[in-house]
Amino acid sequence: MTQFLSAADLRHAIELKAAHPDATLIAGGTDVMVGLNFGHRQESRLIDISRVAELREWSRDGDTVRLGAGVPYTRIVEELGGELPGLARAARTIGSAQIRNRATVGGNLGTASPAGDALPPLLAARASVEVASSRGTRAVPAREFFTGPGRSVLETDEIVTSVRLPVAAGPQQFAKLGPRNAMVIAVASVALTLDPEHRRVGCSAGSAAPTPVAAAEAEEFAAAELDWTGGELPAPVLARFGGLVAGATSPIDDLRGSAGYRRHAVAVLARRTLTWAWQELWRS
Amino acid sequence: MEAGESLLFLLRERVGLPGSKNACEQGECGSCTVYLDGTPVCACLVAAGQAQGCEVVTVEGLADGDELHPVQEAFVEAGAVQCGFCTPGLLVAVHDLLARCDDPDEPQIREALAGNLCRCTGYEKIFDAVRLAAGRSR
Repeated sequence: MTQFLSAADLRHAIELKAAHPDATLIAGGTDVMVGLNFGHRQESRLIDISRVAELREWSRDGDTVRLGAGVPYTRIVEELGGELPGLARAARTIGSAQIRNRATVGGNLGTASPAGDALPPLLAARASVEVASSRGTRAVPAREFFTGPGRSVLETDEIVTSVRLPVAAGPQQFAKLGPRNAMVIAVASVALTLDPEHRRVGCSAGSAAPTPVAAAEAEEFAAAELDWTGGELPAPVLARFGGLVAGATSPIDDLRGSAGYRRHAVAVLARRTLTWAWQELWRS
Repeated sequence: MEAGESLLFLLRERVGLPGSKNACEQGECGSCTVYLDGTPVCACLVAAGQAQGCEVVTVEGLADGDELHPVQEAFVEAGAVQCGFCTPGLLVAVHDLLARCDDPDEPQIREALAGNLCRCTGYEKIFDAVRLAAGRSR
């Protein structure tokens, strides 16, 4: 028998998780319920955090957005396209309208799938993940959050409460490859951010390694080689950038695509997202 | 009630409302789409306990007694019902789309219905029904 515990507020949720570290948190349910419906997971306890109001809010603090872990993707698309265009673009590709009405960034982080669509934008934007437990709170850089497929630095008594992201300082793009425009587990994805004032590039790939990965070498290369005064995007720079992003991945063969195809796709998506962002930058 | 069971199971097997259909049980097909506090969701992905105290409207709640809702009328008239299995979920999804937008264009219709699969592949007739219902609601 599964025990169902409903958290009334954040404090209650933290207390419940401390008392039952083996319990599974459920918010939108779009991952957890699939496992339960198919009998793939047997949970002794579920802690429902979908009613925790503190997790369902976002706020802006200067140049930072603090996004509650339980804000559904529909609201991210509708409310945060201006502040967080990269995340909003990725959110719009997730599942279907019904899924986006329920699914959350906290769920993507907790599930820690390398294919979580919201994750590359968090890494590209150098977001920070806030987690809480009865022992206190801590912030983990999104780039250091994941340790493997389905695994993260989250301790068993901890809850992801929010994500802190810088308000976009320039164009942000996201591209994902799959057999159709909806209900797709990405074969590969790339998120890209440009910060022209500080001449910084952010880039991350999904579905192409055991975890979402940041392409640090590609970021540094692009930051140094781009003509930030408004020049063209030279083809050799674009090609090298795509190659470096692909080089940051370590994909596998599975039913959705081969490792070679994924590496190729990441390079193409990296070139495309950089091209789109660069065009967007100089259009404005 | 078993704690891990879905809202869909609760509706169909315990409350006796079989309108919402049970097909994929993983949120892929949309045939179990219901309103949960006014928001369309896949009932198979909501734990029954999560719906406690919430307002749930299923396809059974769209008609007014024996009087079909205009969206339902449009599905009948346009021939948008073949085997009928996807129809309840589509009706709720279209009902929601037209409540938010009374003149949806093609991409808006496709995006709104992307999570509802019709294995008879009767999508063109379904789109006809959406346009018919939209025209009448304006």
